[in-house]
Parts: sequence; C-alpha cells; structure tokens
Amino acid sequence: MTYKFDFSFLAERWPAFLEGAWLTIQLTVVAIVLGFVVGTLCAVLRVYGGGVVRRLVGGYVEIIRNTPLLVQIFIVYFGLASVGLKLSAELSAIIALVINVGAYTTEIMRAGIESIGKTQLEAADCLGLTRLQTIFHIVLLPAMERVFPALSSQFVLLMLASSVTSQISAEELTATANLIQSETYRSFEVYVVVAVVYLALSFLYRFAFWLIGRLLFVRRRKLGTAL
Amino acid sequence: MNQFTSVHAIYLLEAARWTLLLSLIALMGGGVLGLALALGRVSRIATLRFIATAYIQLIQGTPLLVLLFLSYFGLSMAGYRLDPVVAAGLSLTIYVGAFLGEIWRGCIEAVPRTQWEASDCLGLNRFQQYTHVILPQAVRIATAPTVGFMVQVVKNTSLASIIGFVELTRAGQIVNNSTFQPFLVFLFVGAIYFAICYPLSVASRVLERRLHVAR
Repeated sequence: MTYKFDFSFLAERWPAFLEGAWLTIQLTVVAIVLGFVVGTLCAVLRVYGGGVVRRLVGGYVEIIRNTPLLVQIFIVYFGLASVGLKLSAELSAIIALVINVGAYTTEIMRAGIESIGKTQLEAADCLGLTRLQTIFHIVLLPAMERVFPALSSQFVLLMLASSVTSQISAEELTATANLIQSETYRSFEVYVVVAVVYLALSFLYRFAFWLIGRLLFVRRRKLGTAL
Repeated sequence: MNQFTSVHAIYLLEAARWTLLLSLIALMGGGVLGLALALGRVSRIATLRFIATAYIQLIQGTPLLVLLFLSYFGLSMAGYRLDPVVAAGLSLTIYVGAFLGEIWRGCIEAVPRTQWEASDCLGLNRFQQYTHVILPQAVRIATAPTVGFMVQVVKNTSLASIIGFVELTRAGQIVNNSTFQPFLVFLFVGAIYFAICYPLSVASRVLERRLHVAR
C-alpha cells in the first residue's frame, strides 16, 4: 500500500500548533520556576536540616524519583478529586509537575551544595555571617553554577514529559495535536509536525538556559573559567 | 459499588509482569541500538558520527508520548497497523537507544587515552582494541549509570497505557473504573512501581560507590 503524505492541513491549522506550543511554554515555565524553588528549599533542608527533616526530604525524593509521572498526575487529578478536592486539569498538571521536578532539583542541587568547599563556609563564619546569610550569599549561586548543565537538561526533560498531562485533558501541545488529528484524520503527519515543534521547543529551552547561565554566572562570563 | 479487594490487588500485581516484560524488551532493543549509536558517536568516520549525533539529538528532543502516537496511531493511518505491545516496544526501543547511546559514549570516552595508545603499540587493530581493551573497561564504568537509567525505562513503560496496552498503569485505570477509588488504586500502583524501581536506584548507587573505591 502506498501512502501519500498530506500536510495540507497545516495551511489553516498552523496557528493552532503555535498556540499549543505557547500553552506548553506557559505550563512548563510555571512548573520549572516553582519546582526550582521547591527543589532548592528541599536541597538546603536535606543538607543543613535536622535528622527528621533530612529523612523526610530524602523520602520525598526517593518516592517521586521511583514512580512514573503519569501515576503522580493521576493521583493528583483523580485521587484528590475523589476525596473532595476538585482541581482543574491545568492546576493538577502544574502541581504534579512541580512535585516531580522539585524532587529531581533537590537531588541535583544537593550535589551542588555539597560540592562547595569547606573553606568557603569557614571564611563566611569568620566574616560573621549567619547560617542563613552564608547559604544565601556564599553557597547557593556557586552551587547552582556547578550543577547548571544537569539542571537545565532536567528542565528540558520536564518540558518534554509535560506532554503526558494531555492525558488528564490539560490544554497543551499534545492535547492540541490530538484534537487536530481527530478532525483531520492525518495522525501521522500531525504527530510528525508536533515532534518537530517539540524539537524546536527543546532547542529554544536549551538556548534560554544557556543565556540565563551567561547572565547569572558573572565570573564565568568575565573570566571565562568555571569554578 | 465494587470495593478495592485482594482480587484487584492480585490483578494489579499480575499486570506488573507486563510492565517488566515491556521494560525488558525496551532494554534489549535499546541496548543493541544504543551500542551501535555509542560506537557511531566515537567513530573515526565523520558520516557515522553525524548520523548518530543527529539521531540522538532528534530523539532526545521529542517526547516519548509523541513517538508512541506516531508508531501507533500514525503508522496505522499510514496502513501499518501495529499491536499496542509492538508499537510500545518499538517506540521504547527507539527512545531508550538514544539515551543509552549517549550514556555509553561517555563511558567509552572515559577510558583513558593511554589505553588506546598502549593497545596501538601492541599492534591491535581497531576491532581488537574495542573487544579486548576499551569495551571491557567501558562496561565497568557503564554499569552504575545503566542500572540507574533502567529506572527511567520502567517508569516510561507507563506511557504504553495511553495506547491501550494493559500494563500496570492501564490495569490501574481499569480497576479504578470499577471501584471508583482512584486515590487508593493509584497509590497502590505507585507502590508497585516503587518496589520495582527503588532496588534499582539503590543498586546503582552502591555500584557507583564501589567503582570509586576501586580506583
């Protein structure tokens, strides 16, 4: 059987793809920003917190990293609704993505924080900085600089994984594609186009993170050296 | 209304077999593909390097879900109707291959340059260098990250539920449809995944530590 590719639906549908991409960007940027805050907080608690807090954070990280995102999304969306907490699909998607990426960020940032030299902390002590000041002014930024490549590739993976939220009918790129293919019956072509859009998005994200890295890590920009 | 009982629990545990089987298919297929890609990435032939790099960039920049839709809905529209298990196995193989290829490239490159030079001096050809000198050492380096990546593979098989393959997550949906206790059902499903993945995570960490001690 010979199959004729027909991309003619693009002529009138291309704005829908862009709109879907924009929805995915909104969804994932919110999830990444919140997830980063959650993850960094947890990483600080994991390293400097008391025994109980440390173990709690450790449990959170292990549970999230060893279960599928899809199941986490189902628990947040269907599970919470069944005990009376009805959230919209988009809100559930964001909550699940934040919980998910927060756990990965915790583990990555923990590695960064633990890599900061002891002498740095001692020097901060000598300057009379409090524990909190030390963490904020001495530890966090260099820690982030060291693990930034791992962090940004984790965030790109999250952006791609966010396609799964289409399963609870959150509005984003994959859901848009599902809608278009159900109307045009051109599923192969539609998913090829969507794959290309995701590819473009992942390049866009990588470029954005490179740019953020350039702006944030002044020493690397000015001296051209890593830590 | 149907309550969640031991019958459901046993059904879910049995469905986990399909998750394991699918993981195994993905690992074996992806392993073969990944080895080819890793060797392509470090090849002396520029065309091979380019093809392997392009493949990895392409697949790592697309969500697994879209690959699944392409191979299941897409190919069936194009006249090639695949079973859900075949479509899932195929797309997971394509996906896992790209990631293993990149992980293993790093492991091959982590073998010190001097090993290449020494085996050159011994008069080994490229093939002999790989089989007798480089790969045995690369395998040692690769063990921990590969076991760690197996966790990702097991978790990613959950996406096969979306195209209707009855593995653990899909079984959870089926049970939920009859009991209407999503919280309980999906927590149970999550616990089974955890029971599969956590030992792998721990093993990966232990292997990594052992490797560093041996150095």
